[in-house]
Amino acid sequence: MGESNGKRPMTAKTNKGRIVIDSSLCKGCYLCISVCPNECIAVSDETNEKGYHPARFKNTKGDTDHACTGCALCAIMCPDIAIEVYRG
Amino acid sequence: MEELVFTRPRYLKKTPFHYCPGCGHSIIHRLVAEVIEELGIGDKTIGVPPAGCAVLAYDYFDVDMGEAPHGRGPAVATGIKRILPDRIVFSYQGDGDIAAIGTAETIHAANRGENITVIFVNNSCYGMTGGQMAPTTLLGQNSTTTPGGRDARRDGAPIDLSEILALTQGSVYIERTAVSSLKNIIKTKKAITKAFKAQMAGKGFSLVEILSPCPTNWKMSTIDACRRIDETVVQTFPLKVIKDETE
Ligand code: SF4
Ligand code: SF4
Ligand code: SF4
Repeated sequence: MGESNGKRPMTAKTNKGRIVIDSSLCKGCYLCISVCPNECIAVSDETNEKGYHPARFKNTKGDTDHACTGCALCAIMCPDIAIEVYRG
Repeated sequence: MEELVFTRPRYLKKTPFHYCPGCGHSIIHRLVAEVIEELGIGDKTIGVPPAGCAVLAYDYFDVDMGEAPHGRGPAVATGIKRILPDRIVFSYQGDGDIAAIGTAETIHAANRGENITVIFVNNSCYGMTGGQMAPTTLLGQNSTTTPGGRDARRDGAPIDLSEILALTQGSVYIERTAVSSLKNIIKTKKAITKAFKAQMAGKGFSLVEILSPCPTNWKMSTIDACRRIDETVVQTFPLKVIKDETE
């Protein structure tokens, strides 16, 4: 059964996860990118004060927006505890 | 309501780690801190850092911390635990620290069944001093002191300290894990939990050996270093429960 609350089209599936990357802690190891099942993390063009290109939360997978499920796999893998995860 | 489901554990300070990008020490510090928090032992835990890359661990853990001379972690931890038997005492050591200079202290602490926990981080080289051969360096592995690869006839074969410690009377729990993948990280946390619980129950000597990437000295990308553990290092140091007499 589809939802029909009239607020948003059924195709706009919204996952309710979100991460916050502290780019000052990030060392550009990109292990987070290697484990995210939803391709939500990319490499930033910016440089942080350590000289690394930090990871950046883009929250898209292909054409899908809000692809992050809040699974926290990126944060479990991140050596530098640069990632906080929110869900709900 | 949005909920914060992952953040820095309570018993790690906000100090940024000095470790290299992708270093296993950082992951292992976090896992130890998470276990301390989950077991509710933060106010009675005392850690003993090593000489090596993790020498500054006291800057990171927000529990009481000491410091041991190179390799002497289990001896220092023994002293602390005997004076303060109600505390949970762990030493944190790399492979150069525990399997070379500290071999004697470690074997005898295990043999006496000291009720302490050792976190043994094995990255198969001397990290801090620039990647020299350690007793755990794999056969064929290049290091600054084994150019062309470690050769058993010239350099000796890698030593499996955990198996040796399992032979001692006093050791009760010894497991080898890794932090090379999500699955292995989760298993490592379970093993650390079990080791601390063994100590809380007064069972005796517990140790978790953790295979840990050192991308800098292995001269590899962070992802290739994890892959090296899963494909190569485990051939010499298989992941398994080596001894479990906690029941
Ligand atoms: S929480 Fe999960 S889905 Fe979201 S960015 Fe991290 S790994 Fe990807
Ligand atoms: S795993 Fe952590 S330190 Fe590594 S790139 Fe991702 S956010 Fe940065
Ligand atoms: S040298 Fe190796 S063990 Fe030491 S901090 Fe760097 S990656 Fe970690």
